[in-house]
Amino acid sequence: MRAFSFERASEPAQAAARAAEVPGAKFIAGGTNLLDLMKLEIETPVHLIDVSATGLDRISSTAGGGLRIGAMVTNTDLAADATVRRDYGVLTRALMAGASGQLRNKATTAGNLLQRTRCPYFYDTAMPCNKRVPGAGCAALGKGAFSRQLGIIGTSDTCIATHPSDMAVALRVLDAEVETTTPSGASRTIPLDEFYRLPGDTPEIETALMPGEIITAVTLPPPIGGRQSYHKVRDRASYAFALVSVALIEREDGTGRVALGGVAPEPWRRPQAEAALPDGANAVMSRLLDGATPTEENAFKITLAERTLAAMLAEG
Amino acid sequence: MDFNQPADQNLFDRATVVGKPHARVDGVLKVTGKAPYAYERHDVVAGQLYGYPVGAAIAKGRITGIDASAARSAPGVRGVVTTLEIEPLGIWDYNVARLFGGDVVEHYQQAIAVVVAESFEQARAAAALLEVSYDRDKVDVDLEAGWERVRGTGEPSTLVGDVDAAFQSAAVTLDEIYHTPSHTHAMMEPHASIVDWSDGDQMTVWTSSQMIEWNRQALATNFGIDPDRIRVESPFIGGGFGGKLWLRADAVLAAIGSRAVGAPVKMALPRPFMINNTTHRSATIQRIRLAADADGKLTAIDHEAASHTLPGGRGENATAQTPFFYAAANRRVIHHLVEMHLPEASDMRAPGETSGLMALEIAMDEMAEKLGMDPVEFRIRNDTQVNPSDPAIPFSERHYVECLREGANRFGWSDRNTTPGGRREGMWLIGHGVAGAYRGHLNLKSGARATLSNGRLVIETDMTDIGTGSYTILTQTAAETMGLPMGRVEVRLGNSAWPVSSGSGGQFGASSSTAGVYAACVALREKIGERLGLQNPEFRDGNVIGNGEVTPLSEIAGEFSAEDSMNFGEFQSKDYLMATFGAHFVEVGVHVATGETRVRRMLAVCDAGRILNPITARSQVIGGMVMGTGGALSEELAVDLEHGFFANHDLASYEVAVHADIPHQEVIFLDTLDNVATPLKSKGVGELGLCGVAAAIANAAYNATGIRVRQYPLTLDRMIDQLPEV
Ligand SMILES: Cc1cc2nc3c(=O)[nH]c(=O)nc-3n(C[C@H](O)[C@H](O)[C@H](O)COP(=O)(O)OP(=O)(O)OC[C@H]3O[C@@H](n4cnc5c(N)ncnc54)[C@H](O)[C@@H]3O)c2cc1C
Ligand code: SF4
Repeated sequence: MRAFSFERASEPAQAAARAAEVPGAKFIAGGTNLLDLMKLEIETPVHLIDVSATGLDRISSTAGGGLRIGAMVTNTDLAADATVRRDYGVLTRALMAGASGQLRNKATTAGNLLQRTRCPYFYDTAMPCNKRVPGAGCAALGKGAFSRQLGIIGTSDTCIATHPSDMAVALRVLDAEVETTTPSGASRTIPLDEFYRLPGDTPEIETALMPGEIITAVTLPPPIGGRQSYHKVRDRASYAFALVSVALIEREDGTGRVALGGVAPEPWRRPQAEAALPDGANAVMSRLLDGATPTEENAFKITLAERTLAAMLAEG
Repeated sequence: MDFNQPADQNLFDRATVVGKPHARVDGVLKVTGKAPYAYERHDVVAGQLYGYPVGAAIAKGRITGIDASAARSAPGVRGVVTTLEIEPLGIWDYNVARLFGGDVVEHYQQAIAVVVAESFEQARAAAALLEVSYDRDKVDVDLEAGWERVRGTGEPSTLVGDVDAAFQSAAVTLDEIYHTPSHTHAMMEPHASIVDWSDGDQMTVWTSSQMIEWNRQALATNFGIDPDRIRVESPFIGGGFGGKLWLRADAVLAAIGSRAVGAPVKMALPRPFMINNTTHRSATIQRIRLAADADGKLTAIDHEAASHTLPGGRGENATAQTPFFYAAANRRVIHHLVEMHLPEASDMRAPGETSGLMALEIAMDEMAEKLGMDPVEFRIRNDTQVNPSDPAIPFSERHYVECLREGANRFGWSDRNTTPGGRREGMWLIGHGVAGAYRGHLNLKSGARATLSNGRLVIETDMTDIGTGSYTILTQTAAETMGLPMGRVEVRLGNSAWPVSSGSGGQFGASSSTAGVYAACVALREKIGERLGLQNPEFRDGNVIGNGEVTPLSEIAGEFSAEDSMNFGEFQSKDYLMATFGAHFVEVGVHVATGETRVRRMLAVCDAGRILNPITARSQVIGGMVMGTGGALSEELAVDLEHGFFANHDLASYEVAVHADIPHQEVIFLDTLDNVATPLKSKGVGELGLCGVAAAIANAAYNATGIRVRQYPLTLDRMIDQLPEV
């Protein structure tokens, strides 16, 4: 870990301004991801701006009947919120499937959205990784590489990493939007489907955020009802990232929404795929995962995603 | 004391302390954070500095240069020593790769430098500043390719009868190949040491080691110094599983750093570094052929296995149990060592049998099915009371059949569904499986000193407690032998200033060291008897009794001290075969859609001689069952074939079992005694609990799904294409 200086911001706009002003600055919230990455020098900020006391820790209703979740609301509090549990059940389920109780107590909504990939080569600074060092190459694409956990769709020939968040998959089926404040003090709203960037030739650029821009909240539209479920598939029963996860909202009439975790650099959802929900899991997945380019080691994720959705539909 | 013939009736047959369920005597220290583990021994020496290791970024080749100038001038740095500045260190008997010195890189993350600084953070930050250039060699880390080269070659280690003829005339045969992956010990406490070698003369090492004397000898060999200049302390160890049998880079780098800067240095190996820097259990590929007559009697067993190692190492001999476990008149056993450039393969809990039974006990299940027999009955039919490879030699004690019968009974085995894939509850396919457990038993000479003063007894030995309960069972043994309450016995462990013991490993620790403490206490009793002029006095209830007089030990003036060791005679291995046995019964659920396998119920029945303390023994066995669950379902060191290293080198990506994976566990100890093993008639249990667990889970998963997976771990990708329609 490199030496760094530290300050605590009391206001989002001030934090954003400072982040743009100080070269090499980064926000820190719960620190559960950033500190690990700093210890390994995968992230090397020289200045940290603590945003945990910026007053962004409340959950409130929006004028339009939706929900506004402050960026610093912890994963534990969000999962336990009565409105969330009643109206946005998929979100509670996804959060509870992630990490551990201790981590969820520290992890924040913004931090969770911005957690970085768990690609094993990203974590080993002796290995080439385009995401860590642009242009260095991608060890995960090497012959005989360990790619079982990595992405099968939306990836590129520079990077096949996935976004590891469970929460983001649920937010994606809920049509969430991300509210931000820019360094100039302006507010922006970015729909979640435009928030993440696919790797293309620039896997180091992961989101639509501009330098210094701070996330202030995530908003949810009014509840859409339906049966909401989240099925996370993993090798051990707890405390593991998803091989595949499926967030599902099913309405009475058989229509609904589906998003996948563990398969792509972003929570993976395609409107044309979920239109096929009444026709069953195979119809959905053949559209949702159309064009997938798995490795030999992770091709099973295609079958797994379909079977998981089929089980969820059958359980309904 | 010499142990040259089987034990007669003795005081342990009338025991009131040994064999009873006493809570750990060190439990309070542990739960209050007062047990001194190596890295936190802030009080033992003043002025401790922090060391941080640097590992090679390649798997094989040479270091052409190290620029340490930026690190040397970084804040707080007191010294940097690179491998290029040091003559290659000596290599002790059981180490394979060099721990430090010279320009040769033998494996990924082999230690190449140590940075010493005033704070941990400064040392770590400076360590990242080293610029290292390499001349990289091509690596070969493909065990599959190695197996293809070696299979069918070489001289068998066991060859009995005519295997080929037996296969030709057999009613039923099986011929399958099984794969087990490499495993890392993943003990809670990383390798850690504080070393004071400030003056370059006397070296004091506070470390985390299973084997104090081996550690001391290895340090002496590495540095080419007299072992008497070295003192090693390791009173508490946060798990080892064989990973701390050997001297590792933590102590070596701390010693080098300490000598360089003239101050004590502490170092813990960082977890992501540990997995490639230290040792691991090698992967195996195993071909097993079984032949049987129509009644289910095995006529031939042919086991050929390969594992990987650096040149000169031992790999993982998965055939370890095959010469002994089941009867069969014809037998061929061979283990190939494939030299590869992965890190150092070495011992991990029940080395050999763990991987061997993962395969053999699936093969037994498959064979039972082919024969149309119950897998419990099939195993019973092939029991043997003698070494089947040398029938003149009997097992000292063997109650494998009772383990199977008792387990089947308690588990409700007869109620299970016998049609694979035939039982479903909601989304879960339910299955049951059984597997046998075998682990050889071994004793090592073990010494101790017993000192009585004012009615209080102190036992000193370099024996270690790696979380197993040594403090407790040694206290019980001493209390029993001296007729004292446990509260008046203090056991001190893990210090090279004290008599050399067996140490902890190979499940030899408990039996060997309790026998050693018994020997020391008997010597002490003789001394006391002599002083009081008593012939064969009795020691009971805190008193010494003889000549019609009862003298409280607390009233004998002065201090008595006696030292002795238990020397185990040749008869144990010449006239007998000693081993421990068990049977594991498991219920699993396999998710019908995803193929996720979760264990729902586990039962182990163990035959391991006298159980010295049912609480600590049970902890050992359930710990083994947890490890076996990880081994069955999720643990695998993933090899990167191009870069030649284990890519998932942290505990987020190497998935050991977590609480949610472990259901109710039941352990039954058969009430057996083994008078060949030690005067206490006990054997090891620490490794037995792991043996066979994974195969029981694999067999249960087969029973649940009808899908036979012969490659561990049994992850869902190995089944998903064969699962039924959702
Ligand atoms: C062992 C382990 C297991 C885990 N398992 C799971 C799992 O199963 N599923 C899962 O989904 N997650 C898992 N996680 C990840 C966990 O969810 C994240 O670490 C956590 O959500 C990050 O939140 P944080 O507040 O601690 O973020 P931090 O670590 O503080 O920050 C993360 C990133 O967000 C940025 N950031 C923080 N706040 C803002 C803001 N307001 N605006 C702009 N940028 C900001 C930081 O600069 C940093 O780049 C696991 C983590 C660990 C350590
Ligand atoms: S997949 Fe992406 S994160 Fe992983 S090594 Fe390649 S570039 Fe880096």
